[in-house]
Amino acid sequence: MFREERMAVLATLIRQAGDFQLAEDALQDAFEAALAAWPRDGVPRNPAAWISVTARRRAIDRLRRERTTADRAARLAELVRLDQQEHPAAEEAGDIVDDRLRLIFTCCHPALDPAARVALTLRTVGGLTTAEIAHAFLVAEPTMGKRITRAKSKIANAHIRYRVPARDELPERLRGVLRVMYLIFNEGYSASAGDRLTRGELCGEAVRLGRLLVELMPDEAEAWGLLALMLLHDARRAARTISGGYVALPDQDRALWNRAQIADGLRALDRAVRFRRPGQYQLQAAITALHIQAADPDATDWQQIADLYGALGRLNPSAVVAVNHAAAVGFAEGPRSGLDRLEPLLADPALQHYQPLHATHADLLLRVGDRAAAAEAYQQAISLSRNAVERAELKRRLDQIDHR
Amino acid sequence: MPKYLVLLYASEGDEATEQERWAELPLWRELTDGLRDAGLLVTNAPLHRTDSATTVRVRDDEIEMTDGPFAVTKEVLVGFYLLDCDGLDEALRHAARFPTARYGSVEVRPIMEQLPDLDAPGDDSLG
Repeated sequence: MFREERMAVLATLIRQAGDFQLAEDALQDAFEAALAAWPRDGVPRNPAAWISVTARRRAIDRLRRERTTADRAARLAELVRLDQQEHPAAEEAGDIVDDRLRLIFTCCHPALDPAARVALTLRTVGGLTTAEIAHAFLVAEPTMGKRITRAKSKIANAHIRYRVPARDELPERLRGVLRVMYLIFNEGYSASAGDRLTRGELCGEAVRLGRLLVELMPDEAEAWGLLALMLLHDARRAARTISGGYVALPDQDRALWNRAQIADGLRALDRAVRFRRPGQYQLQAAITALHIQAADPDATDWQQIADLYGALGRLNPSAVVAVNHAAAVGFAEGPRSGLDRLEPLLADPALQHYQPLHATHADLLLRVGDRAAAAEAYQQAISLSRNAVERAELKRRLDQIDHR
Repeated sequence: MPKYLVLLYASEGDEATEQERWAELPLWRELTDGLRDAGLLVTNAPLHRTDSATTVRVRDDEIEMTDGPFAVTKEVLVGFYLLDCDGLDEALRHAARFPTARYGSVEVRPIMEQLPDLDAPGDDSLG
């Protein structure tokens, strides 16, 4: 059975059984039963329906044995009623879509710890094993197991309802879901340590979740925007590092870019912007698209990129965006304009330890010919960097000053 | 008659400790029944563990939600509401409305509705 089908069966069973753990255990029972029955009796015509009916019966068995479950009688009655329906598998297609959305929104509920939202989403929606998730996030398996179990027991004890948020809460809650997916993607994309292969799979997993979300919510511009952003970034994964060293976008070997995935990402972005509801993911995807679409780095439309960063900063002000905006202005209008933009940021005490600010400052100083000040700024950036690959790149730029 | 809020504090034990404590359930029942019979009891309830708590704060008009109990030691308990809600979302929505959420913290902790019924038989009456 495909992972998508497993997830859909689980999503419905959680609603019917009223409990995450019970539904997961019952589904596991059903898969074990299938391992015994299918080789003997042949694979049923509709494997997903077989699994779903068997899992529901196992949930009934488990509930009968479990005496301390809250609302036990009511839940048992509901499961038994469903089991005795004449057409047990004949549920509306609409119900199935809703259940998967219910599952996604519950896993990403804001009352859960952010790390637990990520773990629970990968476990329950993505179908990854606890061991796989622990490995990808570089934590011990029992630690990850506890994190997931705790989240499930909070959902049960605190009565986090299994539902799609009402219209008035939907925008905020959807932002939360998108944030979880972006966190998963970034964990795979920007990690410098650990098993590269597994990290790359994390990006693939995030893209898969992104595709599922636009399938379930096709009218959400930002869901398309995030999918576009992830596809466009992920398409350049192979070109981002050469033997462990970081390669900045202008220096990347464009032959290593995944063209099919880029086309896919551009289609998603096109779909997103047609709603005319701009958002942070669409803007970021549009910036990435402009970088990618330039025939060569010198042909990059820096003015438009600078404008997009400006819009992004008005929508979501942050140091990251402000620094990138200054860098883009530096290319569009010249390094002096970029330095002017950087001035207020350099004066902000809260940003003194923000590494990218000093790296960008150094790049701009070098371009106006102030080598001594540039060297000093590079040194400051190097002392603030906690990432080996990034530090090596900054050292390389610093060394270049000395050899000019 | 003046009213008093009697707050019970204890360390959160592991599963074995919890079992031991629940073994004293008859003593709890006797105490509670005694207070009720004497006309002193308004209400009482055991709470779920702090890991099912959610802390709500409102800062700059933004609602901040944190998983877990409140953790600012200079904040002290200043009041309580016992709400009957449809689920956590409704409880959190109201929690954010109290002025305390703006300058302090509002912890939302679920009440334990069903006590572990250690010696009840399994219910096989449903088919």
